[in-house]
Parts: sequence; C-alpha cells; structure tokens
Amino acid sequence: MSFQPVKFYQTGTFTVGNRLLAENERSVQANMQRTNSLNSGHRACQGCGEALGARYAIDAAMQATNRQLIAANATGCLEVFSTPYPETSWQVPWIHSLFGNTASVATGIAAAMRVKGRSDVRVVAQGGDGGTTDIGFGCLSGMFERNDDVLYICYDNGAYMNTGVQRSSATPPAARTATTMAVGAEPGNVFGQGKDMPALAMAHGIPYVATATVAELRDLEAKVRRAMSFRGARYIHIFVPCPLGWGHAAQDTIRIARLAKETGVFPVFEAENGEVVSVSKIRRKLPVEEYLRPQKRFAHLFGKPPSTEVIRRIQELADRNIRRYGLLDAQGATP
Amino acid sequence: MRKPFAITLDPGSSLANHTGTWRTTRPEYVDRLPPCNGACPAGENIQGWLFHAESGDYEAAWRLLTRDNPMPAVMGRVCYHPCESQCNRARLDTAVGINSVERFLGDEAIRHGWRFEAPQARSGKRVLVVGAGPSGLSAAYHLARLGHAVSIHEAGPVAGGMMRFGIPKYRLPREVLEAEVRRILGLGVGLHLNSKVQNILETMRGGSYDAAFLAVGAHIAKRAYIPAGSAAKVLDALSVLRSMEGAEKPLLGRRVVVYGGGNTAIDVARTAKRLGAEEAVIVYRRTREKMPAHDFEVEEALQEGVLIKWLSTIRQAGDASITVEKMVLDADGFPQPTGELETLAADSVVLALGQDVDLSLLDGVPGLAKKDGVVQVGPGMMTGHPGIFAGGDMVPAERTVTVAIGHGKKAARHIDAWLRGETYVPPPKHEPATFERLNTWYYSDAPKSVSPVLDLVRRQSTFDEVVQGLDEGNAQYEARRCLSCGNCFECDNCYGVCPDNAVVKLGPGKRFRFNYDYCKGCGICVAECPCGAIKMVPEEI
Repeated sequence: MSFQPVKFYQTGTFTVGNRLLAENERSVQANMQRTNSLNSGHRACQGCGEALGARYAIDAAMQATNRQLIAANATGCLEVFSTPYPETSWQVPWIHSLFGNTASVATGIAAAMRVKGRSDVRVVAQGGDGGTTDIGFGCLSGMFERNDDVLYICYDNGAYMNTGVQRSSATPPAARTATTMAVGAEPGNVFGQGKDMPALAMAHGIPYVATATVAELRDLEAKVRRAMSFRGARYIHIFVPCPLGWGHAAQDTIRIARLAKETGVFPVFEAENGEVVSVSKIRRKLPVEEYLRPQKRFAHLFGKPPSTEVIRRIQELADRNIRRYGLLDAQGATP
Repeated sequence: MRKPFAITLDPGSSLANHTGTWRTTRPEYVDRLPPCNGACPAGENIQGWLFHAESGDYEAAWRLLTRDNPMPAVMGRVCYHPCESQCNRARLDTAVGINSVERFLGDEAIRHGWRFEAPQARSGKRVLVVGAGPSGLSAAYHLARLGHAVSIHEAGPVAGGMMRFGIPKYRLPREVLEAEVRRILGLGVGLHLNSKVQNILETMRGGSYDAAFLAVGAHIAKRAYIPAGSAAKVLDALSVLRSMEGAEKPLLGRRVVVYGGGNTAIDVARTAKRLGAEEAVIVYRRTREKMPAHDFEVEEALQEGVLIKWLSTIRQAGDASITVEKMVLDADGFPQPTGELETLAADSVVLALGQDVDLSLLDGVPGLAKKDGVVQVGPGMMTGHPGIFAGGDMVPAERTVTVAIGHGKKAARHIDAWLRGETYVPPPKHEPATFERLNTWYYSDAPKSVSPVLDLVRRQSTFDEVVQGLDEGNAQYEARRCLSCGNCFECDNCYGVCPDNAVVKLGPGKRFRFNYDYCKGCGICVAECPCGAIKMVPEEI
C-alpha cells in the first residue's frame, strides 16, 4: 500500500474524508476546492466508473503539479462523453488525439515543454483499454522505450464500450461481449489470450508502474502523487467498472471494483524500475463467484447447471494473482 | 472572431447539459432512527451526543444528552443499557460502550461543574411532584426547564429514592448521586424532605398546584409465607439495603441466605459478602436462564464468591439452618416441587421477592383506576383524574431507573401541554436505521475498550465502586466506534464517489446537498454511504 492508512478512527482512511481528520490527512476528493477536472454535464452513463476514475486521477495530478498540467486523450468513451462539439467537461488544458496515438501526442507536448524550458508543466496521456492495449500499444511502447516524461493513465473497463461493447485485449476470459457471445462450447471470451498491460509496462523497466481501482481512492491518489514525483515514462492502470458493458447495477460500480480487488481478480500494486515495491493487501478475501455473479456479462456461468469448471479456472487465475503478488498477509508479501 | 475552417460554434462548457433530466429516481438525505436511540427508555439521542464526544466536545455532548436525561453520571453506572443490546456494531465486533461514555460525560460534568441552562420564560404554573426518586427528579427537571415552578415532596430524609435506598454504594457512589440531584435543584426546584403526602388532593389544594406528578416508587417488600422458628432471623431485602444508608449496619451473621432471583437479590448477596459474611447463598426456584437478574450482575456476584442454589425453594427457616426443597421445571417452564429436601446452614434469611406500592395517598381520588397494586395511566402518563399524572415503579412498566427517568420526561411534556390546555403530540419517529442500511466496509476494525474493574479482594471487603470509569482517551476511542447509523457524520463519501460532481459539500457541520441539475440518479452515493443516511426515491414522471 503506497499510503499510510490512518488507524484508530471510526472509518480510518477507508472513506473519502472525515470531519475529524486533519486537512492533510484527507483525500483530494474531500477538498471543497478540488479541481473537478471532469465537470458536471458530461454524457457518461449513470454510475460510470471511468468518469469517476478520470476525475480522481486528474484532480490528484492537478494537485500534485500545482495545476500545471496538460492532458492528451485518446479516442474512446472518455473522449466521446466529455467533449461533444462544442461542449467540454474538462477544466484542464486538454487535447484530443487519434485513437491510437495519444502516447505520441503526449510525447510531443512534453518535448515542446522542454524546448520552452517549462519544466514545471507536466503531461498526462489517458485512454481506455482499447486505445491502450490494442490500438495505441505501439505508440505507448515507444513512449516507454524512449522514457519520455509522460504519465500514461489507462482506464480499463475491459472492452470497447462506446462503440457497443466489443472485445478488447483487456477483456477477461469468459466475459460476454458483442463479439464474444455467450454461445457454443466455450461461451464468452476465450481463456489464455489478452495482454497483461501493467506487466508489459514493467518489462520496459520504466521508473514507475502502478495499478489502482475506483474503490480505493486514497491508494489511487497516492499513486498519482508518487508517479508525479518521477521524471520519465510512468504508467497507471485503473480498474473502472462499466455498468452498461458489464451489466451490473449503476449503483454497484464501486462495489464491483472492490470485489475485483478482494477476490484477487485484479491485483493492486506498484512497481519501480520494473520491480514490485508494494501491494495493496486483500482485506476480506472472497471467492471469485462474488465478483462474477452481479455482472450480466458472466450470467451464462450461473445457468442450470452452473459452469463450475469455468468458475474454477477464473478462481485459479485469481489465486495465481494472490500468489504472484502476495496479496494475502499470511503468505508473506513483498515489502 | 474568425473561426478556423469548418468551425461554426464557440466552445462551451458541458454545464449547459443538464443531465439531471435523465433521472428516474433521486437520492435524498435522510436521518434514520439509530437502534440505540430507539431502545433507550429515557429517549436519549445517543448517536447525537456520541457525535459530539467523537470530536472531543464533551460539553456539547453532555448538553445534548441532558436534554433527555438529567443524570448521566448515575445512569452511566446503573442503567442496564438496552441501547448496547441493540447496537448495530455488535454485528461487526462488539457493541459500542455507550454506557461507559455516558458515565464519562456525567463525571466530566461534575468535575467541571457544568450547569443546566435556566428556562427562557416562566409559565406561572405550579406543579407538585411526589417522590424524589429517578422519575420524580426527572419530571421536576424537565418541568423546571419548561418554565414551571416545581416542588418535590419526599417522604424520606434524603433525595434519590431507590437510587439511594435500593442500589448499593459499590454500584453508585453517593457523592455522584448527590452532585446530580444538587444540579437539578439548582434550577430552582423546591425539595421538601420528610414530608409524606397523605392525601394528594388536599396537598394540591393547600399549595395551589395546577398539576401533580406522582412517583412514590415501590417500597413495600413483598412477603412469602415461610414457617419459621421463633429464633429464626428473616429480613426483607429493602430494609437491609435501606439500613446500609444509616449508621447501624444490619447484622446478618456469617451465613446469609437470600431468597429471590432479581437484581435486588444479587445486590443483597453482594452487600452481605462485603459486610463480612463467609457465605452468601442465593436460593432461587428456577434456572439461570429464567433468572430476572441481569447477566453481568450475576457474573460479577459469582466472581465475588456469591453462591447460587438453582431450582430450590425455602420450605422452613430455623434459627441456624433452613430447609430447601428441590424443584423441577415443567413443560411450561414453571417450577414444580419434587419433595426432595435439604438443609442449609443459615444465620439469617433475606427475602428479595419484589416490592409493592403504597397507594394510600390516592384514597378517595375520583376517577382513578388501580389494578394489580399499581396505578393505571393513559398514553400521556395521566391517571384517570385530570391533572394528576404518575410514573416510575407505581405504574405498570418495567421497574428500572432508566424507565423511571423516561416516565418523568414523558409525563413532563404531557403536563406542560395539559397546563396550556393542549395535547402533546410526539414528533413522528424516523424510520429505523437497520444493519442492512449500512455499508460496513468503511468502518475500521476496532474492538471495544474494557472498563477497568476493581481488584477482587477489595470487592469482597469494601464498598468501593466495582466498575471504574474510562479515561478521556478510552472514552473518545469508544465514542468513535459509533457507526452513526442513519445519520450523516460527514465522511465525504457521497461528495467523493459521485461520477457527476452532483454532490455539493457545504462545509463543516453543514453536511451536503444534491445538485439535481446534474444528478443522473445512479445511486452510488446511496450504496457507498457508510451509515445509510441517503435514500433513493422515485421521481414523479
């Protein structure tokens, strides 16, 4: 865990703020003067995890950079719902790139700032999982390899949502999408494909890689802050549930993200120079079924009879995450 | 301004897009009734005063507490805390130690000499209170704060009633009781000691009182017929406990048998032990599960070496021994004799079989209904005689100090309305804040702090207070274990988790409001509110 949890209180640091905590112990989101980088009136669906994750991350980045921030944004849900012509929800300098080249656009902005001698202005690139793991992968890998001074944030909702929920290389196994229908012998997305983007980023040996979810605000903000303390290429992968594409209730967005972490489906950790330096431990371990069952994209696993074998394989993947990252206290995690 | 190629509109903000129109259900902030508040016989706003204690504002906490109950230092010691039995936290780890925080607040108030605020205006009405026990004192306090002139007539030589003559010192030190009584009298309440009211109507006429509240308590010990030899020493529990208040301590002997299974029986047995009895045996006709005494008191008594003989009745009492008969419970749970007899050594037998009420002051009052030895009252605590109200042990209810204090408050409100020719209508209760309404993920794991307990040897030989108070650190920790069920405690969660920035933070102490222009009605704020203080209601479409 990359932040110091406050103990000895009603809610500790689990909640966004608390009237009894000192100002500096509260989150950026608890502050009445937060930037609200992604303002009201955007056209995201009810309960959008990505809209929430983007405001969490960019507000934290704005605070960490003393509001000297420029954002480049790949095509995708986030861009579509925030900037229908001629409106914008962004309260930061913001530029829309193509679907696949946002890492390169950000690299260009960083280069321009260097030329102008503006080392105080920092650059963020952001996109969904499609723009990151599929279409923008080449540009992003290049940005990593050159160690350009950009923080790249991927909001992972596991499919191409704004075009109608098509599979991406971040879609989890067995999930139903418009292009991986729940039909045939192995319904839903196939096992054994897709990309583990945080691991790929770590493999580039860049200064900082982290994962986070919208269910752990303090952790997310601390990681953005930490990322901003480095120069060079940095990558944060944020898990953002999508009520529309995943088929869960709009009110459950944060609960689903919490369940992904507590079941081990999504490991939350941070790495520096290619090495894992800390993990966010599972607080109350749950079986993957708890995470799968509220989502309609996994409904075919719970028919009559239920697909126990598929559920077992998903559990195996979660258990591997728990083992690999030491997500449970008893198993002796990396410090 | 010239626009670039193919651009015809100026850039604008998405604030022009009122996404609130998408909504079919809307979130609303609510206050729900926490289970502790719902269970408190004195109607305390427990969650409310814990909220102030959490931030260390103990005086504000005490002021809110004493709006309902004027004696927190006493209640923090003798209340059976039904609030804690209902506490939602019990389903997470253990209930919040409400009682010990209440005691801490009460003790703080005595230490700092906090006083009640005097009433804003005088009503010019005079109210007679008969009996200076918990119920009478509570009624006097509330009536005085409502601006009425109150006089208490007490038959005994000191105020306190059963708090003084029924509860031993090791549970309630007398200086604590006296400090809280003094503070009530400080509101201008008149107290006339040693003045037993013989005839209520005469006294009311003589003092030109506009209304009366009767709370004479139940001071006549119930007797059971036990064949006893001429030298047998058979006493009743109340007179034993009462004589503890005088200079002459009761002589009970080395082996004391107490007959009964209520809290009074436990009190007498523990008192006997402290007076030097080698053996204090409680004889009770049923089992521990059926015993009316509270479990923690039974436990404390057993720790101190009190013995309990279950399923037994006393057949006969001699001068140095008694004969008991073994009982069995029948299918309905009632004890039935077996004929199997046993002899126990006993220098004295103390009967603790319950108490009756002395209702002689009501003789000749028209319209009044008595049943089962107590006075019948309506929902407003008024007897059948207009203007005469009653409460405490003399009306049908559970006989505890807290219930008595609750009666006093309730009666005071009805008396106040009645004096103005109105009827008091209690405000509607909020819907309950059940455990299912909470999102307990957000609460830190924090086990209950345990109040220090006096050393066992000192408990068996002295009347020092057994359970000690919490220090400030512990009391605040304990207050902060409160989940604030159903009432916003400003954790900022709703403000943070809204994907649409549709929650407006109003600043410390002012909570939040929704900006319905942009709220899409997703309900994340409701799902993620730790304490269940938001609810979704359908929009009218």
